[in-house]
Amino acid sequence: MTTETTVGRFGRYGGRYVPETLVPALLELEEAYAKASADSSFGEEVARVLKEFVGRPTVLTPARRLTEAWGGAHVWLKREDLAHTGAHKINNTVGQVLLAKRMGKKRIIAETGAGQHGVATATACALFGLPCEVYMGALDVERQSLNVFRMRALGAVVKPVESGSRTLKDAMNEAMRTWVSQVSDTHYVIGSAAGPHPYPTVVRDFQSVIGKELRTQAQAAFGKLPDAIIACVGGGSNAIGVLHPFIGDKDVRLVGVEAAGHGLESGQHGASLTLGTEGVLHGSRSLVLQDEHGQIQEAHSISAGLDYPGVGPELAHLAKTGRMEVRTATDDEALAAFYEVARTEGILPALETSHAFARGRELARDLGKGKYLVINCSGRGDKDVATISARGVPPPVGVKS
Amino acid sequence: MSGEIAQAFAKAKARGEGVLVAYAMAGDPDLARSVDVFAALVEGGADIVEIGVAFSDPIADGPVIQAASERALKAGSTLKRVLEEVVPEVRKRCPQTPLVIMTYVNVIMAMGEERFAKLARERGVSGAILPDLPPEESAGLRATFDAAGVDLIPLCAPTTPKARAEAIARDARGFVYCVSVSGVTGMRAELPADLSQRLDVVRKASPVPVVAGFGISTTEQARTLSAHADGVVVGSALVRAANADGPSAAKALCADIKRGLKR
Ligand SMILES: Cc1ncc(COP(=O)(O)O)c(C=O)c1O
Repeated sequence: MTTETTVGRFGRYGGRYVPETLVPALLELEEAYAKASADSSFGEEVARVLKEFVGRPTVLTPARRLTEAWGGAHVWLKREDLAHTGAHKINNTVGQVLLAKRMGKKRIIAETGAGQHGVATATACALFGLPCEVYMGALDVERQSLNVFRMRALGAVVKPVESGSRTLKDAMNEAMRTWVSQVSDTHYVIGSAAGPHPYPTVVRDFQSVIGKELRTQAQAAFGKLPDAIIACVGGGSNAIGVLHPFIGDKDVRLVGVEAAGHGLESGQHGASLTLGTEGVLHGSRSLVLQDEHGQIQEAHSISAGLDYPGVGPELAHLAKTGRMEVRTATDDEALAAFYEVARTEGILPALETSHAFARGRELARDLGKGKYLVINCSGRGDKDVATISARGVPPPVGVKS
Repeated sequence: MSGEIAQAFAKAKARGEGVLVAYAMAGDPDLARSVDVFAALVEGGADIVEIGVAFSDPIADGPVIQAASERALKAGSTLKRVLEEVVPEVRKRCPQTPLVIMTYVNVIMAMGEERFAKLARERGVSGAILPDLPPEESAGLRATFDAAGVDLIPLCAPTTPKARAEAIARDARGFVYCVSVSGVTGMRAELPADLSQRLDVVRKASPVPVVAGFGISTTEQARTLSAHADGVVVGSALVRAANADGPSAAKALCADIKRGLKR
């Protein structure tokens, strides 16, 4: 089951809106990816690295205390936070860097927001011996200093981007500009299921390992498919990865949670599925936050990984056709969820992931007892400790004052 | 076809000259004063004027035009205002010079493709260049523009294979814009060695004139290229001159380039 209507199109969305200089490289990538997909040895190599290096399959964890606290459906967590480097991003970078090697590329470039994709790309480059350059908005360089260090430790060059809002959108602009000037020997590893065709398809396929594992694990753990799956949505890679294998299962509710930032009415958010309009950003037609003149607006989220005014074309299609339900969570709701999960389950989720948890209670209650809700725990929160602790730490649990 | 573009090339050819397509950013430093810049380009000898309309995320542009876009957006430039306040004024001051809009596809989509084409034509625009709209995505827009009489001018890149370049040229409206370097807009001290050869290939296949652009800023470069192209596009160098020293500096640079285009 796929929502791809024609090659590179998801309903009205998708396509390849890039300078002509890049089109031959995208055609080359499309062809190389088709060949690799048809070659079982490529799939086996990716699977082997995911097993031996990334630590897949990631476990499916019962969240017993959250289930009890929320008083609704059984809650289970798909633990992408336990993948090497601490988030789902590595599933895609291992696949793309192996593909780049097959294509004979000599260098890797990437953009990053939270730094998780940058770290995952730098990690794959270290593993396979390719030089790596990561473009990162200067604001994100400040607020994700742990990941900046990790990338540098792994041997990558981190290039702070000073233009525009100094966040993910601008990092992606700069990575594209760099790719235009070095396209013959360089592969650009896009980190989300966004960008020009074939990226949304390639990234979705590499991330679908999450949902495929979940199908098998759910059957083994509770004898059926989940009744609902919930994931946070930035560009959309963890969401499409966990949800895609279930699109054809009409009884499985698919839910995406976007960043509402300071609130949807504040104008400072990252809710492109909820409030975006059709437009072209970073090479594909999708839903984007823009003004009436077609100027892209700055997004806002406490989590750098959701601080993006666009979204991948396939998720836009799933949202518009109603197959995926779209919810939002504010900065404050995500923070509250972060502590709730920390203190009831012993897991520090990433701030991005905390947005998915923030809508968990309602959904669990809506589903009701005896049903099964899976939350995609896309990453761990170590990278966010500076942001979160700057707002003060709530008092310890169970200490008498 | 708008006709005016073909005429501009024919006139230059009759005078034994290559065509100078001169670019500046509408709204830089503000809408009214950018009209003076466009007029200065024509006084300096520009045969076709490219009116840049700012976009927040210009992925095909280098630092000079990025900075100009930011200044223009700060000054309140929008496609609507450019068509209402800049184009008619430039039209009035330079009635003989074809005007071409250069912007990104999202700006056109936001206005509505048909609405843009109709309004642009009414105000005297002859063509449009959209650097993020490759042939695969352009059929619908080209038909809309054709119906309104606005030429959708295609781009050809150093990475474009020969057969693809020939196909682009065969389908071209107005002229073919051959991008000289693999990269973003901005001045280059040296142009690639194989550029003349690539221009020859495209020119052979093209029913319309062929120009070279990206990186061109000197009389010498214009002279070298005029043997292989029907004209050159100069952008960043003019934007920088106008921003640093005003319209007269842009005019002087146009005159320098134009000297290189005389055979
Ligand atoms: C842990 C985590 N979750 C989610 C995201 C959002 O990206 P996407 O929507 O592509 O999964 C990020 C991005 O950096 C992330 O680090």
